[in-house]
Amino acid sequence: MSEATIHSMKDLPSTHLLGAGTAMCAGCGGIEALHEIYDVLGARTVFVNAAGCMTLLTVYPFTPFRSGWLYTSMSSAAAGAQGVRDALDILRGRGRLSAEEDVTAVVLAGDGSSYGMGLSATSAAIERNLDFLYLCYDNEGYGNTGQQASAATPHAARTATTAGSRGYAGFKKDLFAIWAAHRPAYVATVIGAEPLDLAKKIQRAASLKGPRLILALAPCPTGWDYDPKLSVEVGRLAVRTGVWPLKEYVDGKVQHTRVPRPRLPVEEYLSLQGRYAHLFEPQRDDAAIAELQRQVDDYWRGVG
Amino acid sequence: MTRTLLTGNAAAAWGARLAEADYVPAFPITPQTEIIETLAQWYDSGEMQGKLVTLESEHSMITAAAAAAATGVRVFTATSSQGLLYAMEMIYTVAGWRVPFVLVNVSRALASPITLEPDHTDILAARDSGFLQIHCATCQEVLDSVLIAYRLAEHERVRLPIIVNLDGFYLSFTREPVETPDLQSVRAFLPAFDAGGIEYRASKPISQAVAVLGGSPYSYFRYEVHLAQLQALAAYDEIAAEFLDRFGRDHPAIDAYRCEDAEIVFYMIGAFATKAKDAVDRLREQSWKVGLARPRLLRPYPVAALRRLLLGRRAVVVVDQNLSMGKGGVLYSELASGLYGQPGAPILAGFVGGLGGRELPPEEFYEMAKVAHAAAEQGAAPEPRLLYTSGELRELKKLHAIALAERKEIGT
Repeated sequence: MSEATIHSMKDLPSTHLLGAGTAMCAGCGGIEALHEIYDVLGARTVFVNAAGCMTLLTVYPFTPFRSGWLYTSMSSAAAGAQGVRDALDILRGRGRLSAEEDVTAVVLAGDGSSYGMGLSATSAAIERNLDFLYLCYDNEGYGNTGQQASAATPHAARTATTAGSRGYAGFKKDLFAIWAAHRPAYVATVIGAEPLDLAKKIQRAASLKGPRLILALAPCPTGWDYDPKLSVEVGRLAVRTGVWPLKEYVDGKVQHTRVPRPRLPVEEYLSLQGRYAHLFEPQRDDAAIAELQRQVDDYWRGVG
Repeated sequence: MTRTLLTGNAAAAWGARLAEADYVPAFPITPQTEIIETLAQWYDSGEMQGKLVTLESEHSMITAAAAAAATGVRVFTATSSQGLLYAMEMIYTVAGWRVPFVLVNVSRALASPITLEPDHTDILAARDSGFLQIHCATCQEVLDSVLIAYRLAEHERVRLPIIVNLDGFYLSFTREPVETPDLQSVRAFLPAFDAGGIEYRASKPISQAVAVLGGSPYSYFRYEVHLAQLQALAAYDEIAAEFLDRFGRDHPAIDAYRCEDAEIVFYMIGAFATKAKDAVDRLREQSWKVGLARPRLLRPYPVAALRRLLLGRRAVVVVDQNLSMGKGGVLYSELASGLYGQPGAPILAGFVGGLGGRELPPEEFYEMAKVAHAAAEQGAAPEPRLLYTSGELRELKKLHAIALAERKEIGT
């Protein structure tokens, strides 16, 4: 972990820990965030992976990590982190593991696991006050299997299972609020396109003990249907249109770390992505676009 | 060494205590709860060092168990029935992690219909997972088997998780005299857990449980688990011999009872095999040359030892306390494949019985012996049978009649 407190872009780590040549798609917003997170978090970690896109980071006999890795299952990565942490604590207690040799258990999971199948195991781990970090790369669908709708899919987005003219009928589950309701040590939203905000939050999370969530929106060229070179742009627009609020929960309070002023129209974010193309083609669906704008406006009206 | 009355569950807990298990991830299910309650008390009181954690499901429990073993501590856990099935994804998964730990399963029949009493369909669902399996018939065996299980699982040529199975109610809640060895002798038999470098440390990061691409590396790692299981056959015999030497109790891979001159041999696993033992004694009194073969080790399958014991007999009566729907008894199929084509292979007479704790009375053992004897005379295996009496069917029809009358009563 980098020692000096990060204040500006100049303080961001210049050495990069995650190896290149992974199986992630070009322009993957998840691996972008993971690169940045890992650089701040450091190599004294063990990644406990849930089934998802990033399962294929470590394929025998290669790994891009300088840390430990344990693939578990889609629904029980948090329980895997529990087993690792408990074993390390037992060894520390016996004097069989020095502080220098200790590692942080880091769950690595996509939204399919984090918002759905893995939520029970995660809720239980938070309730047990497990000292662990949970990284969710949220690309708003079951990306690894071809972008079917998940509990993280936003309203109106087209996916492989909601390919009709209205897209996904449901609404994105509020995982931040679900975590915060457990009163954990820390919860934060981040995005790779805002590396300074991300780095500060990782540094803060790393300084705390207990259950900590880093929820990273992961722009996904493959699943969201846009040119991979636009990933950073899509990420920035997610923040500047207010679709992806950057915030943190600490000491029982939610603070927004970035209030977009002026807030750009949601349309600027939507129109870049093929998953929303049905809102613009063959004819513009003003009502649907206005509805999505209203949802974002409603959110920010509640932010003091 | 002290001798006290212990339930099978308490014997299992004592096994974990004497093995000085560092970590117990737990989740309660009838009839296993006494095991984890006992261990929780011992950790709480300081009689055991380490930690017991209640997970929110058996799926998570097995994940945590294997993850802790992968981090370098000795792990014990326990479940039963529906819990074992709920954990099944991880049961199959963690065997491939090659992390040794002990899982006690208290056998209980599976839904549907949901019930509490035992049979072995639950544990046999884990048959192909890669976990080793030891099956117990007495409470003493439960305690001893947990200790043997750790030695076997942690053996350098094996390195696999292992299930020790006991029957719900018949062993879990039955008190029997059990000799509890003292800790010093157990330590001499079972040294402290050696992770063999498989652990998470900052200075030497390792990747465990990684993905493969393609059938070739996949097959390689699957074959490795199978071959490790086969290595466990010889390892088991060595460990059981040492256990006999140190503690004076013999727990061979196959427990053979009065088999010396037996022409007909009963073949069963678990606590209900003690009913067969009693039937053997009764039949012997009537000059039937019968015996009992009870495999304790079911995975790996001790096929060579079974051939040594059973080839040349006239008939083997296989009593399956399990049912593979659309096929029949699992033990029957496995034994048939093990003996098929071997010179002197006995006639096999297969019976399914004892499902959901259904009684196996002495007269049914007589009948099974008679069927086997007649089949041997004819030189042809009989069709496998499902044990059920006309009396039972009559009782069930009464229940049907009541259900029908109730339905009419409420007018649906």
